[in-house]
Amino acid sequence: MKSTRLPPQLDAAREEIEQIARDYGLDFFPIIYEVLDYRTLYETAAFGGFPTRYPHWRFGMEFDQLLKGHVWAGSTIYEMVINTNPSYAYLLEGNEDVTQKMVMAHVTGHVDFFKHNMWFAHTNRKMLDTMANHATRIQRIIDRIGYDVVEEFIDTCLSLENLIDYHSPYIRRPEAQSYKPLVDEEEPELVEEGLPVEREYMREFINPPEYLEEQRRKQAAERERQRRFPENPQKDVLLFLMNYAPLERWQHTVLEIIRDEAYYFAPQGMTKILNEGWASYWHSTIMTQKVASAAEIVSFADLHSGVVATGGGRLNPYKLGLELLRDVEDRWNKGKFGKEYDECEDIREKKNWDKGLGLGRQKIFELRKLYNDVTFIDEFLTPEFVIENKLFTFRYNRDTDLYEIASREFKEIKEKLLFRLTNFGQPFIYVEDGNYNNRGELYLRHRHEGVDLKMDYARDTMRNLHKIWTRPVHLETIIDEKKRLLSFDGSDFTERRID
Amino acid sequence: MKRVDRDLGRFRQIVRGKIKKDLRKYMSHGEMIGRQGKRFVSIPVPQIDIPQFRYGAKQSGGVGQGDGDVGDPIGQGDGQQGQGQAGAEPGAHTLEVDVSLEELAAILGEELQLPNIQPKGKKNIVSEKDKYSGIRRTGPNSLRHFKRTYREALRRQISSGDYDVHNPIVVPIRDDMRYRSWKETLLPESNAVIIYMMDVSGSMGTEQKELVRITAFWIETWLRSQYKEIDIRYIVHDAAAKEVDQETFYHIREGGGTKISSAYKLCNRLIDERYPADEWNVYPFHFSDGDNWGGGDTRECIELLKKDLLPKVNLFCYGQVRSLYGSGRFAHDLEEYLGGDDRIVISEIAERDDIYDTIKDFLGKGK
Repeated sequence: MKSTRLPPQLDAAREEIEQIARDYGLDFFPIIYEVLDYRTLYETAAFGGFPTRYPHWRFGMEFDQLLKGHVWAGSTIYEMVINTNPSYAYLLEGNEDVTQKMVMAHVTGHVDFFKHNMWFAHTNRKMLDTMANHATRIQRIIDRIGYDVVEEFIDTCLSLENLIDYHSPYIRRPEAQSYKPLVDEEEPELVEEGLPVEREYMREFINPPEYLEEQRRKQAAERERQRRFPENPQKDVLLFLMNYAPLERWQHTVLEIIRDEAYYFAPQGMTKILNEGWASYWHSTIMTQKVASAAEIVSFADLHSGVVATGGGRLNPYKLGLELLRDVEDRWNKGKFGKEYDECEDIREKKNWDKGLGLGRQKIFELRKLYNDVTFIDEFLTPEFVIENKLFTFRYNRDTDLYEIASREFKEIKEKLLFRLTNFGQPFIYVEDGNYNNRGELYLRHRHEGVDLKMDYARDTMRNLHKIWTRPVHLETIIDEKKRLLSFDGSDFTERRID
Repeated sequence: MKRVDRDLGRFRQIVRGKIKKDLRKYMSHGEMIGRQGKRFVSIPVPQIDIPQFRYGAKQSGGVGQGDGDVGDPIGQGDGQQGQGQAGAEPGAHTLEVDVSLEELAAILGEELQLPNIQPKGKKNIVSEKDKYSGIRRTGPNSLRHFKRTYREALRRQISSGDYDVHNPIVVPIRDDMRYRSWKETLLPESNAVIIYMMDVSGSMGTEQKELVRITAFWIETWLRSQYKEIDIRYIVHDAAAKEVDQETFYHIREGGGTKISSAYKLCNRLIDERYPADEWNVYPFHFSDGDNWGGGDTRECIELLKKDLLPKVNLFCYGQVRSLYGSGRFAHDLEEYLGGDDRIVISEIAERDDIYDTIKDFLGKGK
């Protein structure tokens, strides 16, 4: 087999880049680079950056499309890096040295981000081994049960893969960890009589009837709540299924593996803009200030402009992240924040505002530690930035079958952007009741945020849920502004209005 | 082998299964031909995507970046207007996959249970690649077969008693040496020619020609998988016949009457001049709406077929499309006079759904 190690001149460049990065204050896991031919690179990319995954056709499909994109459309993956310790990064064989240097600087930024961003704090840094273990476990199940059955079950699980609670690694939610719903051993005493009353004429004052009534109602509601299961709506649908669905042992294993992997990849989705922005910030800083030679700078500029290119109205996370980070750096360097700045109404004064604070670097290091895309956009997107970067919202026009620019208003843009980022741009689905109608039926609720579900997908997903739950499945959602309950009993769908 | 080949293979298998399942539908679709590249066809395959709860795209829109005023269009929707049909049917999600023409032919063959064709005619011998399949005692060192050599040496040493279990050194001598050897495999190859004839008289409309075009696409897909080289010739006729190119063949519109014998004569001449039957596999396909000038011409056609054409061809296929004006008489006449001859196939294509069966009729004979 061909060596995939860095050639000596690039290894020297790696050392140089890493030293410069350290001098800038970046702190990263050791990085192991592998130089791969494009086919192997795409293969690895199809596997999500990991060399070993369980067998599934979706990886083949991904590979097929990547390869076609490369062959027909000339698109290229320059870099790929996985969040493990040590981190593995892949370079495309045959790229120019200046490309490889830029990629290494970029990768260094990512690995620093993986190590320090709090949203990655709970990720499994030994995922390389874990993925390989998952592959082995599933392969064993396949050997025992048969390929077709297992593949079908994996398809079913993948269809539910996004129904996890992206925040659960960071907060303790009681029912998420326990197997049984929490119910106190002893029933609390019922408030029937109120406090003991010695003098009858005081009764009305010590135990006002309205108060007693209210307490009774509260208790009844509390009892009702405890009888429900799950006790509170649960967002981690996969965990709920693992705990309560009638699964065979192997199915349980498969579901657990899919869920594990979904949680592993989640932070990368939550920080796409910030992470890419951060990495781009550092590749451009390191390359232009230190590494690129006079002969390389034009090639670098060409590459860099390709990375941050926007076109066809598309939003490029590299570009948005980089520009917003630079904007924050600039504002904190000049002191363009705080009460005094916000309240200043003179546009020219605001524009030329410079207190010479020089806090920019410090601020963006803080961002890389504490923020994700939602909080990043929420806190730092400014009207000036939106104008400067020509952001807009678009919508679908049914009459013309075209997507059109809808608005250039700051408020709308920010709202839309946040909507796209919150919960990964995925709908919020909760398990409301695992014993609906007292017949063990599953009741899910879609928390409607103004956008309907894609109904054909939703129906097929409900079929898949039914396969796992084996009892009728219900979904409460809103279709065309009317509240609906969509039910699937294993053979037919019904839909009815609810209020 | 790449690790991903396992998954890629499975993916292709799934795609193939989906196409096979819906082959009848695909076969009646003309647009697939428009998506045809040199070696690939792009086919929309439903439900290969994994369904999840997600937002419908149209209400949500998104955020973009760039120039333009409010109201300026930035991209094309996916063409499904209105919300009423918001996917009441399961699995409206589709994916475009490229399928090679060989693959498509294989699917076609499997699904329609088409027999492989036994070519006739003189076989042109073409040599196939060398195959390393044997062993011999002499050869260059680069082809030395280590395992066999070692085994020979071991065998010799044991039989001559030179082998020492405690000091197992095996030294091959010249006689022990074994080398890989190759064989040249010679494969006969044969060539085929398709001659399309079509009635372009006034009674053949656009839809009729579309039927012909789709049918022709599938015929070619199959025959290409059976022969190494395929020549395709096109003849149009009304009262007179002429040879044209593909573009003209499908788009030309002539008026006037119909004299089928003119096309058969031209076809016959073409075969005689260019495609001698002992060297070529000849496949004439004739499409018309079945209207022919008076009885005299039909008789002449049958004579031509009997005497000249049928002895030279592998298979003569007549496809009769239904048109508003056509009487459809010609198919009956052929059936009556030549129905017993297994070198001729007669099939009626009334509508697109019939293409599936027509292809089966035409190609199901394995000739």
